[in-house]
Amino acid sequence: MPDLAHQFQDLEQQRTADTLGMWAFLATEMMLFGAMFLGYTVYRWHYPRAFYLGAQRTDMVLGSLNTALLLTSSLSMALGVHFQRARHFGRVALCLGVTALLGAGFLALKLLEYWHHYQEGLAPGLNFHFPGPEASQVALFFVFYFVMTGLHAVHMTIGLGLVGFQTARAYRAESRLMPVTLTGLYWHFVDVIWVFLYPLFYLGGRS
Amino acid sequence: MSPVSYLEDGTTVRSWLLSTDHKRIAILYMVSITLFFLVGGAAATLIRLELATPQPDLVSADTYNKLFSLHGVVMVWFFLIPSIPTVIGNFVLPLMLGARDLAFPRLNLFSWYLYLVGGLFTGVMMIKGGVDTGWTFYTPFSSMFSNTHVVLTVVGVFIVGFSSILTGLNFIVTTHKLRAPGLTWSRLPLFVWSLYATSVIMLLATPVLAMTLILLAVERIFRVGIFDPGLGGDPLLFQHLFWFYSHPAVYIMILPGMGVVSELIGCFSRKRVYGYKFVAGSSLAIAFFGFLVWGHHMFVAGQSVYAGLVFAFLSYMVAVPSAVKVFNWTATLRQGSIHLDTPMLYALGFIGLFTMGGLTGLFLAALAIDVHVHDTYFVISHFHYIMVGGMVSAYLGGIHYWWPKMSGRMYPELLGKLSALTLFIGFNLTFFPQYLLGFLGMPRRYHVYPPEFQVLNVLSTAGASILAVGYLLPLFYLLWSLRYGKRAPENPWHATGLEWQTPSPPPTDNFETVPIVTQEAYAYPVEEPHA
Repeated sequence: MPDLAHQFQDLEQQRTADTLGMWAFLATEMMLFGAMFLGYTVYRWHYPRAFYLGAQRTDMVLGSLNTALLLTSSLSMALGVHFQRARHFGRVALCLGVTALLGAGFLALKLLEYWHHYQEGLAPGLNFHFPGPEASQVALFFVFYFVMTGLHAVHMTIGLGLVGFQTARAYRAESRLMPVTLTGLYWHFVDVIWVFLYPLFYLGGRS
Repeated sequence: MSPVSYLEDGTTVRSWLLSTDHKRIAILYMVSITLFFLVGGAAATLIRLELATPQPDLVSADTYNKLFSLHGVVMVWFFLIPSIPTVIGNFVLPLMLGARDLAFPRLNLFSWYLYLVGGLFTGVMMIKGGVDTGWTFYTPFSSMFSNTHVVLTVVGVFIVGFSSILTGLNFIVTTHKLRAPGLTWSRLPLFVWSLYATSVIMLLATPVLAMTLILLAVERIFRVGIFDPGLGGDPLLFQHLFWFYSHPAVYIMILPGMGVVSELIGCFSRKRVYGYKFVAGSSLAIAFFGFLVWGHHMFVAGQSVYAGLVFAFLSYMVAVPSAVKVFNWTATLRQGSIHLDTPMLYALGFIGLFTMGGLTGLFLAALAIDVHVHDTYFVISHFHYIMVGGMVSAYLGGIHYWWPKMSGRMYPELLGKLSALTLFIGFNLTFFPQYLLGFLGMPRRYHVYPPEFQVLNVLSTAGASILAVGYLLPLFYLLWSLRYGKRAPENPWHATGLEWQTPSPPPTDNFETVPIVTQEAYAYPVEEPHA
């Protein structure tokens, strides 16, 4: 059994250990983002109007487009895991390749969005101009916007690396089920984080 | 012909630095945390020397601030938190479970490298001039006003935090998945239970600190108001987030110590640990309640008085499982066949000092008394009774106990006993006067004080010098024993536990065949082997 690491007795033990490891990792990730969501909630509670004004200035079109890209990428990721189970490696490579492309598209649009915000004077600490008395509170909204979506983008970048690596593997028809499944878990988790970020930063100002 | 021991399995530097063997990684950690302990200890020495007189005669106010900040940062994140889990835990957890290694050996090595990188940042910070915020990094001082290397420091802590997250993750998965056949949860050694509870805290609390430090760094670098009230931020939020990690973190520090003491008390009383299920469960209970008490650090910080009441009540709740442990250890001693070997002396010292520290913790959890003693030496003393009196005693007790297994050598018993005794006396002389100082109103973090406090401060400084001897002794004779110590047998203490069924030191793969467990954890007495 070439895939079996020496600390395990059998593949089943290794598989369940790897899976538990990934879930435990996601638990820690949840607390990482959780702290940010708490911070966001506290300031939204303090400054509801500033957060309303701030959320009107985010880019609804790019944000929604990105949401669509990401949700679609999760679909192709899920299909990839499915084909991996059925050992259709060609299709796995295709699905993971599509996932990676969609993910890269997401990051490209996100960077474009950041650039726009910077030009519009919505980047606290670098270039920030907001009319009215609530400027510093709107700045707080954008601090959270940049930190939270930025942290999400960092996770996307790591995910992109993982997916790219798995794509190459599937392309060479290497039959390792676990890594693809675990990459899938991670990808979906990062996706779910976005599902929460989207309403907080885009829909909040447009009710 | 027995298989080659892990110490002899490769002698190059590379075979150590790239080893994924949990036993070698434990040794790597032992060396690194000892170095950091010496750094933190040096800072403490300077603090005590400065406080020998009421006037500022040794260091300036700024230097003093940097000294206690360095002491706190290094001791908390680079010694106390990793100490027992990464050294003793790494070494004995797979052995206790009858496993060949942790579930993720490469991740384990990676954790050590993360620790080193975090340590590197801290070292650079130190050389470039230090940090003066205290280990608590309270905003907006740390983010807006301090002129020292705050960002370097928090990046170091951020990185070392991930090292401890990954260690916790590794331990959790290992405990769930790599137990030998027959080793059910109710047969696990109590040390494993305490490591498990610790790992849960590491996994769930540390990321909150990571995020808090990111926000702090963002505020400092970009000058935006996240925690600065002048810019619409909320400084209390920082304290909530910080203590949400840092209070559970003190349980990361003490729980593994409690686990070690449970092992020692059972072994050196040659008796089943009294109330096994309660001792095991109390570890989980401490981990659970530990998440709900952070507000007791903020009684005078401006949180609502109702929140204060609730946090005070919940803080009392932690005392219940802690007391369960102390009572059960004491009950284990009763009618036991007590052997006063060095590890046992450390364990008994732990019980006394931990009880003192724990009871004074109840004073501090009481809302009204805390208003009086908040931010005084009373708090310092309480904390050190648990962390130094408790945790460091347990660490040294554990190191002595498992030293024959780790090194294959016995340490000199007489010197061992002497060190345990020196430590106990030196510790009490150092920190008991600080309770009195705090109660009389001497605030923490000042380098000058009114002359009437001098007698107690001189006593404390004198105690610290005895304490230093107590630390340096083991450092020397343990190193000495590596070469000149008697060869250790497989099971020098006649202890239960799978780790004592392997040769000392164990072979790289730990066990030739997977052991099968048929007994509970503390089936004492173990039959004396035929000499």
